[in-house]
Amino acid sequence: MENILEVKDLNISFHTFAGEVKAIRGVNFELKKGETLAIVGESGSGKSVTTKAIMRLLPPGNSEIKQGEILFEGKDLAKLTDKQMQKIRGQDISMIFQDPMTSLNPTMTVGKQIMEPLIKHQNMSKTAARERAVQLLKLVGIPKPELRIKQYPHQFSGGMRQRVVIAIALACNPKVLIADEPTTALDVTIQAQILELMKDLQKKIDTSIIFITHDLGVVANVADRVAVMYGGKIVEIGTVDEVFYNPQHPYTWGLISSMPSLDAKEEELYAIPGTPPNLLYPPKGDAFAPRNEYAMQIDLEEQPPMFKVSDTHYAATWLLHPDAPKVEPPEAVKSRMRKFMGTK
Amino acid sequence: MAKYLLKRVLYMFLTLFIIASLTFFLMKIIPGTPFASANKLGPAQMEIMKAKYGLDQPVPVQYAKYIGNLLQGDLGISFQFNNTPVTDLMFKRLGPSMQLGAQAMLFGTIVGILLGIFAALRQNTWVDYSSTFVAVLGKSIPNFVFAGLLQYFVGVKLGWFPVLFWRGFEYTILPTIALSMLPIAIAARFMRTEMIEVLGSDYITLAKAKGASFFEIAFKHALRNAMIPLVTVLGPLAISLMTGSLVIEKIFAIPGLGEQFVKSITVNDYPVIMGTTVLFAALFVVIILVVDILYGIIDPRIRLSGGKK
Repeated sequence: MENILEVKDLNISFHTFAGEVKAIRGVNFELKKGETLAIVGESGSGKSVTTKAIMRLLPPGNSEIKQGEILFEGKDLAKLTDKQMQKIRGQDISMIFQDPMTSLNPTMTVGKQIMEPLIKHQNMSKTAARERAVQLLKLVGIPKPELRIKQYPHQFSGGMRQRVVIAIALACNPKVLIADEPTTALDVTIQAQILELMKDLQKKIDTSIIFITHDLGVVANVADRVAVMYGGKIVEIGTVDEVFYNPQHPYTWGLISSMPSLDAKEEELYAIPGTPPNLLYPPKGDAFAPRNEYAMQIDLEEQPPMFKVSDTHYAATWLLHPDAPKVEPPEAVKSRMRKFMGTK
Repeated sequence: MAKYLLKRVLYMFLTLFIIASLTFFLMKIIPGTPFASANKLGPAQMEIMKAKYGLDQPVPVQYAKYIGNLLQGDLGISFQFNNTPVTDLMFKRLGPSMQLGAQAMLFGTIVGILLGIFAALRQNTWVDYSSTFVAVLGKSIPNFVFAGLLQYFVGVKLGWFPVLFWRGFEYTILPTIALSMLPIAIAARFMRTEMIEVLGSDYITLAKAKGASFFEIAFKHALRNAMIPLVTVLGPLAISLMTGSLVIEKIFAIPGLGEQFVKSITVNDYPVIMGTTVLFAALFVVIILVVDILYGIIDPRIRLSGGKK
């Protein structure tokens, strides 16, 4: 299938008083038309920074795209001017944010906020934009849309606000939708509704989605492919089935083991020991090595390249090197894998 | 809304009544008489004078009388200005003070808000530093220094505007600028801080993600949200400017309230002190109501009770 977005060797640094923080260190991935790519990883792994870079929403003062390309329909977004970028944002690529309680302007009616991109990008008249806003609210499942567009965000509940944010993002039928942990701030029942809604809408408007989350349960639910990020790099990428049933990177094993499950026999929930690396001083070798019980000497000395597992599945761990000793995933991962298989 | 306003107006009158009463008794505690040549008067003459102005009666009786007159809109007559009624005296002088204060307020807040916005949008650049510099000057240098400088350079050296008196709009320009330095400083600092905070919020990022331009973000999305705390500070500031600045009025020879108020305190001109206090208090409670209504207009989350349907 055709690639709509390609990120090639992206390197991003933040300039802080303490020095240069290398937040993204050579990220490569591509997004295909109509697919959902989930990016998972713990806080600080660079998921949000990567997507903010695609939207060019990183603070201009202290962040810098050191090298790499972000190709959207052949154009390198990293090299566009602010004016050119404004035309792409909201029109071709749009974004859903984490916290619906703070991502709507409290002093502007919901209708106006939805109409804004329509008037700006599609040269719609006010009346046409209002009609479309009502349709969009109906589309995202908000009852009485004619009445609701005149209201302010504080008159909406959290779940309803996230629906509004989704309506804003989808207003211009974007080709790429970036969802930055869109369900994290919502309670579980609402989460499920929002995920259903997104899956449903994706089919209707045929958009590609980059879905950032740290919830593997959500990934299994919505994504076609998964990229696992750690320490500013993608450590494993593959289809959902590949990453869930045949994980290769010890960090992915850790993530899968630390998923809570309803019928867990183990008393304690697994947690990956240690803390993420300080990217002010990025490690020489594999960033995960200090927390990795399977780490070898080479992990501390040299960064592993992406090893090919299958045509669609790659992982950056020295364990995949032909000379590496054969290591089996831990029992917790295997038992979960068996369970995944069982449920399928 | 109407019900709410009615309630607020009733409370306003209650507040005014309490202020008037407190001022009355506090004033009576201050020793001295209103008669300028008191030391030349004998005890008998003193009694006659006191009786004439009703000052010989017990304080509660005086109080009852005063409140009674106040309810009818009669503030008594001034002791120092040839027995002129206080209302005439005050309203004649209120005009220039209010006009000057309002002009300074309007000019000061507009300039200050713009300075603050540009400082926030161009944070840590020369724009920001110059705005801070102006704000620090405005806040730390007393306005009579500006008044003198303006009179000398703009008035005398350049001859652009008249230096003294109150005889038309061009006479108001120099005192307005001198008086507006404080609101400029306050508005600029508040606006900068608030704008920076608002510009960092999630809904501004969302506006950017929608493709909004720099100016749309600043003026359509951020400004209104950043205005909310500013309104709180500007209300009371407006009162202090509109009720007359003693120093500025003196320097520019403006027949305003500020000068009269201070003078009436030094000579114990009871009716004028009372009248001015009640007037200032009335302005204050009215402005507070206006500020509350403004809040509702700026921020839909705090629409006054009954206003939300």
